[in-house]
Amino acid sequence: MTNVPITATKPKVAFFDFACCEGCQLQVANLGEALLDILGAIDVVEFREVMSEKWDKDYDVVIIEGSITDHHAEERIKKIRARSKVLIAYGACACIGGVNGMKNSFELDEIRQYVYGKDFKLFDSVKTRPIHQVVKVDYFVNGCPIYPPELVEVIKCALRGLPYTVPDNPVCVECKLNENVCMYDKGVSCLGPWTKGGCNSWCTSNGNICYGCRGEVKNPAKNAAAEVIGKYKLNADLIKNKFDMYNKCKEGDINGGK
Amino acid sequence: MAENKDLDIKVEYITRVEGHGDIVVNVKNGKVEKCEMHVVESPRLFEGMLRGRSVFEAQHITSRICGICSCGHSLASIEAAEDALGVTPSAQTIKLRKLLLDYEFLDSHILHVYLLAAPDILGVPSFVPLIKTHNAVVRRALRMKKACNDVCDILVGRHVHPISAIAGGFTKLPTPKAIDDQISMLEAMGEDMAETLKLAATLKFPDFHRETEYVALVSDDGEYPLLTGDIGSTDGKRFKKKDYRKATNEFVDPRSSAKFTKLSRESYFVGALARFNLNYDKLHPEAKKVAVALGFKPVCHNPYLNTVAQVIEIVHCYHHALGILRDLKKNGVDYSQEIVVGVNEKGAIPVRAGNGVGAVEVPRGILFHNYETDAKGIIKQANCIIPTNQNINNIEYDMTKLLPEIITKSKAEITLALEMLVRAYDPCISCSAHYLNVTFTD
Ligand code: SF4
Ligand code: SF4
Ligand code: SF4
Repeated sequence: MTNVPITATKPKVAFFDFACCEGCQLQVANLGEALLDILGAIDVVEFREVMSEKWDKDYDVVIIEGSITDHHAEERIKKIRARSKVLIAYGACACIGGVNGMKNSFELDEIRQYVYGKDFKLFDSVKTRPIHQVVKVDYFVNGCPIYPPELVEVIKCALRGLPYTVPDNPVCVECKLNENVCMYDKGVSCLGPWTKGGCNSWCTSNGNICYGCRGEVKNPAKNAAAEVIGKYKLNADLIKNKFDMYNKCKEGDINGGK
Repeated sequence: MAENKDLDIKVEYITRVEGHGDIVVNVKNGKVEKCEMHVVESPRLFEGMLRGRSVFEAQHITSRICGICSCGHSLASIEAAEDALGVTPSAQTIKLRKLLLDYEFLDSHILHVYLLAAPDILGVPSFVPLIKTHNAVVRRALRMKKACNDVCDILVGRHVHPISAIAGGFTKLPTPKAIDDQISMLEAMGEDMAETLKLAATLKFPDFHRETEYVALVSDDGEYPLLTGDIGSTDGKRFKKKDYRKATNEFVDPRSSAKFTKLSRESYFVGALARFNLNYDKLHPEAKKVAVALGFKPVCHNPYLNTVAQVIEIVHCYHHALGILRDLKKNGVDYSQEIVVGVNEKGAIPVRAGNGVGAVEVPRGILFHNYETDAKGIIKQANCIIPTNQNINNIEYDMTKLLPEIITKSKAEITLALEMLVRAYDPCISCSAHYLNVTFTD
């Protein structure tokens, strides 16, 4: 873990986005006036979507959104990493590939041609990778979109040089605390048992299923899962297909890339 | 001298717009040789990725095309899915979707007017310096943004990527308390709304006009059409949503490999100004009052004033949303309509093969989704045409007319005028699902 020294000057923080929907940076804007408290403690030196200013020195903390999906992005993230003391990846796109990973279910040239037609080669595209498969990531903030209180917590840790451990309990734990009727009991399948919580069972508390946006728990209760699949006579392919929506980029999953 | 001026402008990564865009301008001997707007897209290939997914997952996936327009994409996607499936939404569902769309407009327009456009008008590089110089304004902007986000959270679980709005209806319906909360949160915004209008009255915009065609939803009822209706234009065209391809006429321009759209003339405009120009009479009376006070009349041909049209829509959507909420409070919500669908593994919704179109006004203009599905509800083909794709062509024609009018100004002033023009359209480039990239010529 790299420490950001507490100095008289405020830490220089920059936000960058790669292939993504920019929904995670909107979650930052959605903090409202609380954002000003955070802004009071840091110097935001680059944030393209809301600022025209550019910065050419080193960064204390960079906050990265989106996946790496072309060669230019790969070069750009490497340059950013080289200039940053601490790198935070936020959102499913950056942390696990997220919805961009569904592209990897197709033969690359085939899907490019489908969207761009015969000139598809003009538009560079590589297999989707989350940030840590290209450069080393110091902090992960999961979710599609991120859960704002967690981002604030992680930024605080990063500024103080403290570690942050991503909670590794399945969504079901929070879902039960929220006293929801389980989706399985309502007759539809849900990825809660396999997915990292920390979102306060956002989707299931709103009557929808969990799609696994926060990534898989390290040790999914395999037996429990098999039991669920057996008990509710589920189609295992259906579950796998659902997993692919966010969790397709697992190959070569090493922090810092190979 | 202007007559033989040389100018070479390349603005990379236009800041303060969603997504990435470049402006390239080339003037030789006072003659405009090139005036283009390029989109630098990170390939996400949504239309390709939808193939093989259940139509019941389309809302969840396409919402992720754009965070700012996630509710709009959701609604267009839901409409396309329901059209393919042959599902007719209930009156209550439509009412709640209209409410959701009002929230989307409020949220997005407030963000654009305050954080993305106001810095230009106040002459600073971004809203960050405004924290010192205009602290009350920044606080108000963030407060309003948060309030819009919060009412939306109550309605659909989350504003960025709504949870409970799906094909078939809603997985969770607002409780009486949730309705009361939304009403009081909107009412509490009243003062900030009034201040916003005062601010809007002080904004000055460049004087520039170019006649073009304006395209938006139109309808025969009295409501300002954002969700339902037909596709219409100021050149008198009208099409059913199903026939959206007749309205967009996508073509590849030889200048670049970008896909453009056009209808009756070389280009058309979508967005707040198009809706204002086509549907002014149907605006909420309060919104009309503001338009009159600002001296803003249809048909307006100044694209910079798209921002003013957004201010007027803020007022409209605010009052329209309150109207829906008060109606829900008075007449109650039918909770038996709450649905459990998942990916329809229990067959809660009958499935058939189909071809469905969704056409919904989103903050930046009309948005189209089109899915072809098989008998199991699996998507075979998908097409999305987002507002920015439709506007790029119009932006370039604007720039080409504007440039000679301002050619005697300094390079910095010209650059700013062009950037402001692009920003006035509030382009959302990250969602250019199939906007073709451009090879750079220097
Ligand atoms: S993680 Fe989700 S919300 Fe965040 S940028 Fe990616 S698609 Fe958007
Ligand atoms: S399976 Fe889904 S609905 Fe059931 S408890 Fe777990 S998270 Fe909740
Ligand atoms: S419930 Fe599942 S899909 Fe929803 S936010 Fe939480 S982890 Fe993501």
